[in-house]
Amino acid sequence: MKHEWPLWEIFIRGQHGLSHRHVGSLHAPDAEMAMKNARDVYTRRNEGVSIWVVEARHIAASSPSEKGPMFEPSESKIYRHPTFYDIPDEVGHM
Amino acid sequence: MTRDEALFQFLLRMGDNTLILGHRVSEWCGHSPVLEEDIALANTALDMIGQTQLWLGLAGEVEGKARSADDLAFLRDAWDFRNVLLCELPTGDFGQTLMRQFLYDAWSYGMTDWLKGSADPRVAAIAEKAHKEVTYHLERSGDTVVGLGDGTGESHTRMQKSLDYLWPYVVEMFEKDKVDEVLADAGIAPAPDDLRAGYDDITARVLAEATLTLPEGSYVHKGGRNGRMHTEHLGHLLTSMQWLQRAYPGAAW
Amino acid sequence: MYAQMIKSEASNEDPALLEAFQARIDAGEKIEPRDWMPEGYRKTLIRQIGQHAHSEVVGQLPEGNWITRAPTLERKAILLAKVQDEAGHGLYLYSAAETLGVSRDELIELLHEGRMKYSSIFNYPTLNWADIGAVGWLVDGAAIVNQVALQRTSYGPYSRAMVRICKEESFHARQGYDAIRAMAFGTPEQKRQAQDALNRLWFPALMMFGPSDAESVHSEQSMAWKIKVKSNDELRQQFVDQTIPQIEYLGLDLPDPGIRWNEESGHYDFSEPDWPEFFNVIKGNGPCNVDRMKDRVSAWEDGAWVREGLMAHAQKKAARKVAAE
Repeated sequence: MKHEWPLWEIFIRGQHGLSHRHVGSLHAPDAEMAMKNARDVYTRRNEGVSIWVVEARHIAASSPSEKGPMFEPSESKIYRHPTFYDIPDEVGHM
Repeated sequence: MTRDEALFQFLLRMGDNTLILGHRVSEWCGHSPVLEEDIALANTALDMIGQTQLWLGLAGEVEGKARSADDLAFLRDAWDFRNVLLCELPTGDFGQTLMRQFLYDAWSYGMTDWLKGSADPRVAAIAEKAHKEVTYHLERSGDTVVGLGDGTGESHTRMQKSLDYLWPYVVEMFEKDKVDEVLADAGIAPAPDDLRAGYDDITARVLAEATLTLPEGSYVHKGGRNGRMHTEHLGHLLTSMQWLQRAYPGAAW
Repeated sequence: MYAQMIKSEASNEDPALLEAFQARIDAGEKIEPRDWMPEGYRKTLIRQIGQHAHSEVVGQLPEGNWITRAPTLERKAILLAKVQDEAGHGLYLYSAAETLGVSRDELIELLHEGRMKYSSIFNYPTLNWADIGAVGWLVDGAAIVNQVALQRTSYGPYSRAMVRICKEESFHARQGYDAIRAMAFGTPEQKRQAQDALNRLWFPALMMFGPSDAESVHSEQSMAWKIKVKSNDELRQQFVDQTIPQIEYLGLDLPDPGIRWNEESGHYDFSEPDWPEFFNVIKGNGPCNVDRMKDRVSAWEDGAWVREGLMAHAQKKAARKVAAE
């Protein structure tokens, strides 16, 4: 019998209230052990205050071949960025 | 026996347990069944080395002969060690290591929990820190005992064998002597047998979930905690652990 | 380095695709797991990252050899934390390799069957406590030189693993230097051990960078793909230049009579390591090859029942949960 432990993706929220961030992967038999392993592997240097684990096969990812239609249309919407607008100095900070 | 003499003995017992068991756990580094377990075991060992520095550091202070934690760890011979025999037994296979860890953690959990309210604030402060570490150790070792006990036929058999081998060493942790009486009266440490009920609750729950059964028979191995008679294993452990300090006396590292 | 003598694979794919791929690399773009890549790129990376991962894990053994003999509680904790980090680095790197469609277990089996290698350096023994200092200082020091460069490697997951590893690695070199410094400034016997460690480990550390690029037939393609970022000789020189002053500070004798400052080049000259010895170690004839592999294989085989037991339990638990719902 040979069953490699499934692969899990690990997300950790750091000390400063930011979103959970992907930090890496590991193997574990189930979610509970993945959580413990994540604690032991990825928070050895006081890196986190909260952990999410997701089995890798459950992650749906965008396809690189669709990169153009997926992401390029937003390139031309430059008016969404604050730097698009000139605000007179006299008005002050905005 | 003065209170400080009793306290010194008690602190040696606490510090020697973590020193010797931490040493045993560290033997796994680089040899575990899977990288995740290797890393987790090293974390456990590191916590125990840290606890050793605190317990033995305070022991040296209480003794008042200017002995450091390192002096106590590296320059005493076997008969002066006060750890329970359970801690010095060889690592055995991974199952035996985790079963021993669980049986120890369940005791250490109750002990450090009690000590958080010790009448001696120095003891309480160490216990406060240690208890958080031990809580995690217990959760992890308990889960692993359950996983392996209720795993495959082979893992179940191995875990039952480990339990049968180790269980006779459990009682020593609850033995009571003069040291304990003095400290219990002073509110510094618990009467060891007071921790038994809580211990039995934890072990009964985990071992049932692990589908393991407590062995028959009531024979008890003891002699470490009072130093009367250690196992042969301790001498070999000390031979490695103390080698450099013994071979090059007085050198700083 | 941790990945020495990596053979790069030739590619015979559609030239247009290859050209576009090369253009992305030249533009400094990172290649990500699901992107198209030449089969040769993928295979070379698996080999390189796999060998790098194996090196971290086998690399636990020579230092682990002293964990139970560390001279103080603090040194014991430091060493254990350090060797534990190596296991972590192995884990990060196996994860990076896994994004290329190979599993960790497959890579481990290839190592155990002798079909994949690990760095030559870990086939040398650690014989006295100063070796622990010297390994951290020289071996991790050499690794850092290489790995800092590899943070810029073209494959995203590899590059990110390198960033994480580099952050952790500087503790390794520093703790090593701190340990050997205590000995170099200690008793005459300690100083003798420090000198002995330096003398024994110096040339094996230089070998970590691999033979001269002039002789390395595989470097060119790897450099073009930015799997490799700097040449072996460049990295080796950088390591020598930074390490000589550190040796001098310790008051130890230089481990090579050929070391001298070269005013003209602005670098230190040094003697070549014994390359026939290097090739022998790679072939399996180093002082510790047999023992290292025996340790790894038995850890893996003895642990099979644990991996299987915990997996079986997880499956039972999941089945019980489904049944209860």
